[in-house]
Amino acid sequence: MHLLKYRLTKRQLDVLKNRKELIKAGISRRDLLKLGLMTSAGVLVDGLSVSRAFGQTTTPTAIDATGAITAVSRSTSQSCGSRGSSLCVVSPPIQPFLDLLPTPRDGTWRIQTPTALSPAPTVAPNTGAGEGRTIAHQAFTEFPPQKFYGVTQKAGALSITSDPTIDPQNLWGFAIGTPEQNNPINVPGPLYVEHYNVPILVRNYNRLPPEGQNGGFGKPSVTTHLHNGHTPSESDGNPCNFFEIGQFYDQHYPNVYAGIKSTHPGTGDIREALHTLWYHDHRVDFTAQNTYKGLAGMYLLFNDKDTGDELTGFHLPSFPQFDIPMVFNDKVIDPSTGQLFFDLFNLDGILGDRFLVNGKVQPVLHVSPRRYRFRWLNTGPSRFYQFFLTDLTNLGANNTFWQISTDGNLTDRPYQVSSARVSVSERVDVIVDFTGKAGKTFYIENRLIQSDGQGPSGGLFAAGQGDLILKIVVDGPVVNDNSQNPATITAFYGFPNTTDPVRVERTFVFQNRGDWEINEKIFACDDIRFQVLKNSNERWTIQNEGSSWHHPVHIHFEEFQTLSINGRAPATSPLVQKGRKDVARLESRDTHVVYFRFRDFHGRYPIHCHNVVHEDHAMMAHWEIVDTGGDTNPRP
Amino acid sequence: MIKMSRRAWLGMASAAAAVGVVGLPPLQRESRAAPLPPRELIRRRNFPNVVLTTHEGERVRFYDDLIKEKFVTVNMMYSTCKATCPLTTANLVQVQKLLADRVGRDLFMYSITLDPKQDTPEVLNAYAKTFGVGAGWKFLTGNPDDIEQLRRRLGFRWANQEMDKNKDFHTGNLRYGNEPLMLWGAVPGLAEPTWVSECILFADWPENRLRDRQRIVEAKSRKASDAGRTEPVAPMTHDHGQH
Repeated sequence: MHLLKYRLTKRQLDVLKNRKELIKAGISRRDLLKLGLMTSAGVLVDGLSVSRAFGQTTTPTAIDATGAITAVSRSTSQSCGSRGSSLCVVSPPIQPFLDLLPTPRDGTWRIQTPTALSPAPTVAPNTGAGEGRTIAHQAFTEFPPQKFYGVTQKAGALSITSDPTIDPQNLWGFAIGTPEQNNPINVPGPLYVEHYNVPILVRNYNRLPPEGQNGGFGKPSVTTHLHNGHTPSESDGNPCNFFEIGQFYDQHYPNVYAGIKSTHPGTGDIREALHTLWYHDHRVDFTAQNTYKGLAGMYLLFNDKDTGDELTGFHLPSFPQFDIPMVFNDKVIDPSTGQLFFDLFNLDGILGDRFLVNGKVQPVLHVSPRRYRFRWLNTGPSRFYQFFLTDLTNLGANNTFWQISTDGNLTDRPYQVSSARVSVSERVDVIVDFTGKAGKTFYIENRLIQSDGQGPSGGLFAAGQGDLILKIVVDGPVVNDNSQNPATITAFYGFPNTTDPVRVERTFVFQNRGDWEINEKIFACDDIRFQVLKNSNERWTIQNEGSSWHHPVHIHFEEFQTLSINGRAPATSPLVQKGRKDVARLESRDTHVVYFRFRDFHGRYPIHCHNVVHEDHAMMAHWEIVDTGGDTNPRP
Repeated sequence: MIKMSRRAWLGMASAAAAVGVVGLPPLQRESRAAPLPPRELIRRRNFPNVVLTTHEGERVRFYDDLIKEKFVTVNMMYSTCKATCPLTTANLVQVQKLLADRVGRDLFMYSITLDPKQDTPEVLNAYAKTFGVGAGWKFLTGNPDDIEQLRRRLGFRWANQEMDKNKDFHTGNLRYGNEPLMLWGAVPGLAEPTWVSECILFADWPENRLRDRQRIVEAKSRKASDAGRTEPVAPMTHDHGQH
C-alpha cells in the first residue's frame, strides 16, 4: 500500500481505512462534510477514539461510586434492580432445604452408560446418515474409542424443588442413549465417569423442539463443548461447529495426557492430568440461553493416582460414596409463568435469585463424620461465588477445608483455606473433614457480594448473611475413612516447568467499547485471528481493560500455568491462585501472565469470556493450532 | 402442608409486596386466567407499543407495525454521532445488500435515533439517503420519553451508569430477532458484513435457513476471489481501529 511509505500512525491508517469503507459504501466526501464526519482537510473524524477514550476515563473511582454496594442485603432479595437489567423479575419464594442433593452415590444423578451406535462411527463425517460434523476425526485410528455413548438433547419437564408452589420446569437436557431409547432428560446432564487411556466416543443427537417452541428463549441448534478436555478441535464442541435438529455429531475424546504425541511420546505427561471437567452447549450467540435452559453436565477423569478409590493412589475419598460433584447455578423463576425467566436483551450479564445445586433448589446433603471430596462447578451464567462453610450456631468459627484443585487440575499440594472463589466455569475440588462433627449442620454459603451481571463488587457478607446454598447435615453412620489426611499429603504430581523458551508472546485485552471486544476486534466464526505452531510454547498476557466488568477468560484445549497476577506471583492464601488452570479470572483491571504448551492436535479453538452473556455478544476470538508455520502476532 | 397450585399462589402473590414485575403493566393475576404465554410476556416486557415516525414521515407503532410477526434487526444511532454510527450504518448497508431480496420482503431493519430532538424525520431521511439505505430499512424517531423507554426495554443500556449516560456506548450492538419464534440475539454492528448477515439469519424462518446460508457461503467465496485478484488495500475487516 503506497501510503505506508509516509509512515502513517496506526490511528491515521485506521481513520483512512474507515474513510475508505465509507466511500466504498457509496458515500461521497461532500456527504461526509455535510454530516460533519470529515474535516475540511479531508480527515475523517476519528470518532471511535472518542469512545475509546471515554472507556478509559471511567476511572476506578467513578466506577466505584456506581459499582460498589456498601449496604446490600443478601442477593436473594436484591437481584431485582440488577442495574443494567432492562427488567425486574423476581422469583416467588421457594422453601429451601426440602430436597436431597442428587448425587451419583445413590443414582439420583445418573452416570452415563454405553450404548450401541448405529450406524457405526466413521472417521469422515457421515453426512448421509445425518451427521452434522464437517471435519474428519484426526486421532480416531490412533486412539480408537473403547467405549461408545449416545446422548440425546431434547426437552422435558423436571422438578427443581418439592415446594408445591413451584411447577416442574420445562428444560432442555441430555437423555442417556439414542433418541429411540427415549430416556428422560437429566439436568445436569448424565455424569461421565472416565479413565485416562480409555478413549471414548459420544454420539450427540439434537432432538430439541423446533423454533417457536422454546418457551421464550433458547435456540435448538447446539454444539457441546467438553470444557478443559485435551480434545481434537473437531470434537471440542467449537461454538461454530453447531448442528441442527435431526442431526447427530460424533465427538471423540482420546482421554490422553498432553504431550502424548510430542514431549512425552506414547504416554503423555501425567503432570497435565485433568480430573474435573464439564460439558455444556457452546452454540455461538446462544450459549447463555441454552446452558441456562439446562444443557450442561460434568465429566470426571480418573487415573492410577486419582483413582476414585481411597485405598489406592493419592488416597482421595472414594467415588461415588465420598466424592460428590456439585453443579451450582442461579436462576429466576418468572412469577407470571412459573417457569425459568431469561433476560433476552441484557448485555452486562444476568443474575438469578434462586440457587440450584445439581438441579435442585437449595438442597440437603447427609454425610458421615469423615472426609469427603466435593467438586464445585459454577455454570453461570454470570455470577461469581465465594464459598464458605458456615455453622449457623457458631458464626465466629473459621471452618477450614482443603483445596486440592484449580479448575479440576490438582494443585501441587493441598492448601488449607477458609473459602474458595469460583467464577463462571471455574472448578474447585476440596476435601472437607467432618470427623468429630457428628450432629452438626453446615451450609455452603456464598458470601461474595454481587448486585448485577458485571461481576462482584469485591466485598463479602458477614458469616450467615450470604446465601445458604447447600445444607450439609452430619448425621450419617460412622464409617471407615481410608482417605489420607490432606495435611499429610506433601505433593500431587507437581507442575511442568514454565521456563522452556516461548516461541511468541501475545497480549489479549478484554474490553467494552460499546460492544464486547478483544484487542479492539470483533468476533466472527471465520476470522482466525492467529496461528499457534503445534508443539510450541507461548506466553500470553490477558488483561481486563475495565474495572466495571469482570471476565472469567477461558482458553480451550490447553491448561496454562499462571506466572503472575498484576505483577505478583499467584498466591496460595487466602485464595488459591497458583496452579494449572483453564480460566483466567480477570477481576477489575487484572493482568494475568500465563504459560502454555500447545501439543499433539491441530485445529480451531476459541478464547472467550465465560460470562456467557459477554461471550454471546462477541467477547471471543478464534485461533488455530497449525502443524507448520504459525504467526508471531503479539496482539492478535 | 396444604398443596397449593401455582395459580393459587399467583392469586396470593398480588398481596406479596416483594414479588412482582415492577414497572410493567399489571399482569391481571386476579383474573385467574391461564399464565401468559412467553411470547406475550416478551412483548409486554421488551416491546412497548410506542408511536414512532419513520424517516419517510410515516407514523408507526413499535410493536404492532414493526415487530409483531416479523423477522427484524434493531440498532440505535444518531445523525450527529461521529463515533461508531457512520461506520455501522455503512457496514449495515453492505449487510442490506447481502440480504437484498429479503430486506423489505420478510426481513425488516430498524435504526432508532438516540437523539430524537435533533433527528427529525427530515434529518433521518437525509442521513438514510447519504448512506444509500435501501427499502425495508426504517430510521425511527419519536417522543424522547418513548425513545428512552425503548432503549431501556431493548437492553441498549449498561449497568455502569457513567457509560449508560453516553449515547456512544449504545450504538455498538445490533439486535436481531424473530418475534413469533422468540429468537433474539445480538451482534456488534461493526462486525464483518458477512458475519453480521450470518448472525441475523440465526433468527431466520427455518425454511429459509439452508438457502440463505448457501448465499453467505457464496458471498464469502466471491470476497475471497476478489481479494485474490486485487491488491490488498483497506480490506473490509472489522478492525475498525481507534487507537
